[in-house]
Amino acid sequence: MANKKKIIPTRTPMPHQDAVQRGANFEEVALGYTKENAMLEASRCLQCKKPLCQDGCPVNIDIKGFIGALAEDNLEDAYTIIRRTNSLPAVCGRVCPQETQCEGKCILGKKFEPVAIGRLERYVADTYAAESACEEVTDLSTCALEREDLKVACIGAGPSSLTVAGYLAGRGIKVDVFEALHEPGGVLVYGIPEFRLPKSIVSRELGGLEELGVTFKPNWVGGQTITIQDMLEEGYNAIFIGVGAGLPRFLGVDGENLVGVFSANEYLTRVNLGRAYDFPNYDTPAYQAKKVVVLGAGNVAMDAARTALRMGAEEVSIVYRRSEDEMPARREEIDHAVEEGIKLRCLCGPLAFHGGEMDRLTSMSVQKMELGEPDDSGRCSPICIEGATEKVECDMAIIAVGTRPNPILLEATPDLGLNKWGYIEADPETGETSIPNVFAGGDIVTGAATVISAMGAGRRAAKEIASRLL
Amino acid sequence: MGYTILKKKELIPGQTSLMVIDAPQIAKKAKSGNFVMLRVSEHGERIPLTIADCDKENGTISIVYLVVGKTTAEMNTLNQGDELLDVCGPLGKPTHIEKQGTVICVGGGTGIAAMHHIAKGHVAAGNRVIAIVGARSKELLLFCTELSSFCPELRIATDDGSEGHKGFVTEVLTDILETEDEVAEVVAIGPVPMMEAVCKVTKPFNVKTTVSLNSIMVDGIGMCGACRCTVGGKTLFACVDGPEFDGHEVDFGELKSRLWQFKQQEEESMERFTQECQCNGK
Repeated sequence: MANKKKIIPTRTPMPHQDAVQRGANFEEVALGYTKENAMLEASRCLQCKKPLCQDGCPVNIDIKGFIGALAEDNLEDAYTIIRRTNSLPAVCGRVCPQETQCEGKCILGKKFEPVAIGRLERYVADTYAAESACEEVTDLSTCALEREDLKVACIGAGPSSLTVAGYLAGRGIKVDVFEALHEPGGVLVYGIPEFRLPKSIVSRELGGLEELGVTFKPNWVGGQTITIQDMLEEGYNAIFIGVGAGLPRFLGVDGENLVGVFSANEYLTRVNLGRAYDFPNYDTPAYQAKKVVVLGAGNVAMDAARTALRMGAEEVSIVYRRSEDEMPARREEIDHAVEEGIKLRCLCGPLAFHGGEMDRLTSMSVQKMELGEPDDSGRCSPICIEGATEKVECDMAIIAVGTRPNPILLEATPDLGLNKWGYIEADPETGETSIPNVFAGGDIVTGAATVISAMGAGRRAAKEIASRLL
Repeated sequence: MGYTILKKKELIPGQTSLMVIDAPQIAKKAKSGNFVMLRVSEHGERIPLTIADCDKENGTISIVYLVVGKTTAEMNTLNQGDELLDVCGPLGKPTHIEKQGTVICVGGGTGIAAMHHIAKGHVAAGNRVIAIVGARSKELLLFCTELSSFCPELRIATDDGSEGHKGFVTEVLTDILETEDEVAEVVAIGPVPMMEAVCKVTKPFNVKTTVSLNSIMVDGIGMCGACRCTVGGKTLFACVDGPEFDGHEVDFGELKSRLWQFKQQEEESMERFTQECQCNGK
């Protein structure tokens, strides 16, 4: 029956803020589906007998189920189905790389365009008005705080810890979330810009958790203000470590400490957490520059480039060793950046930064590259073209080439087993570390990855914690 | 919420003050050399300040600040009983303190406060501490009473000769290094030019010299790299690798340039704040 109906080959476009207009503001770029958009898109779902999309989802959302409910105009059921496994759908609908997950598996995608699952998830999460915090944060109908004798500590208040907190609080367990910064949310607050994930969306989720009895403790640095040993002594029944990605990596080229060269983490933290886009109403400044280069081509690089544009730069370019096809950022992010006028300087590797007066950055040298055979990552490797170098004028450079583990908690917890890259060794099924009842998940286990994979890890750990405690 | 100011004491009128802050969880863990990140109010910037003292029993920490920009100017409008919005710490690696003999602790300007906490640690570890403090003139000296309470050998240098040696701390330091047989370590905390000058003096004597770097920081927990500095040819982060480093290996020129990064915006903020204060009659 379902396959008798005529298939609409292309997906319903997402309404966007105009590319020129949005380059000058921090408002959300993707405006979200209208009801008509959503109903039309939901009708494209084939309701496969064996849906592959669900396997592609790191938290295993019953995608067929929620889209089916939505197609029948049953928003409440659609919402409940998503909530059953995903505690932050409004966030995931916006920032998940669906093209490599659920949508990448959608059978429609073999011949046509896959169902826009992420956009539908966002529509459901944004549109359904939950009646209570319990409904907002969990898939349960009642979540009284029943077990005051049980308490769990989360270190770090990013996506993985928020997932743990939601799951456990919903089941009556007291959760305290220790956060080093002054605001909870982790990368959702300091990293991902407002124009991609409005802070109001994050606040709503955090507010729901607080209503369920989760306590956020800002300004507590795990490993400094409080150690894991302290927490165990204070009677926490389990501890979840979700401290996120750590120290920014730099390139190791000359001139990297010149004034005007920043890590993407610094630049984004100033603008997002510090609200430097509203300087001087907010005190945290961001460096003002006309010609900006961004080194790296992942999602963070795109965020940094698009932020620099909004902060008033006249020219922003992405400098990348390989070609556009190899860029690790989501296609959608690259397209948005290009639409906004960001230049892609592909096949250019960084050689050195050069400074002028007061050690301020004035230009950088790049090495021209060509593509060779695929390397271990499966992407074509960049090969230097002998003697082909170029000078690029720039007064700000933002380095977005990843992170390495943050040493603070790890040095304070010598018993914690680490892997060869220096990240925490955690059981892939339960998330438990080498210390019993201490769990870990997210970037501090995997290295820099996605919001949804951190949430998946949080969910696995939370399930294990709940099964041990309840 | 917030962190209550239990006591505020003006050390140099209109310029430098001390605050004792109710922060039991920080006091419990704080060691010499640690710092905190603080934010005065909702629209405020996070700034690092060294912990000048801590009282574990009463759960308090002391900080000393010089009014140099908007954040410290705003801080200076607060009084006993008011709250700082955020205080986070203790951060950074504590001073490496072991029993090693004679340690000379040099402090300049507001840095004397931080130096005092380190000197205290060295005395507690059984080291003989010679403290040298310097300022432009007598009225600008800090912590002399506190220092002399546990450190009998306190030497003072003022530019105008209003107290102690007329001249720089480096001259006093040179004298001591020339006469003392064995100096295990020199610790210098103060303005960058002072720390750089101290390192120049100690280098030929081949004495281990520790400096505490006051780089610009955003988070203070290793996330951003704003505080990175070159030490021994390697890029290190003052927040998690420091803030104390081997002074003979530090690239002070780079540090100075990096401290000037946001001069223009800092001035803009300060000007705006001063105008607002005038409008509000403060």
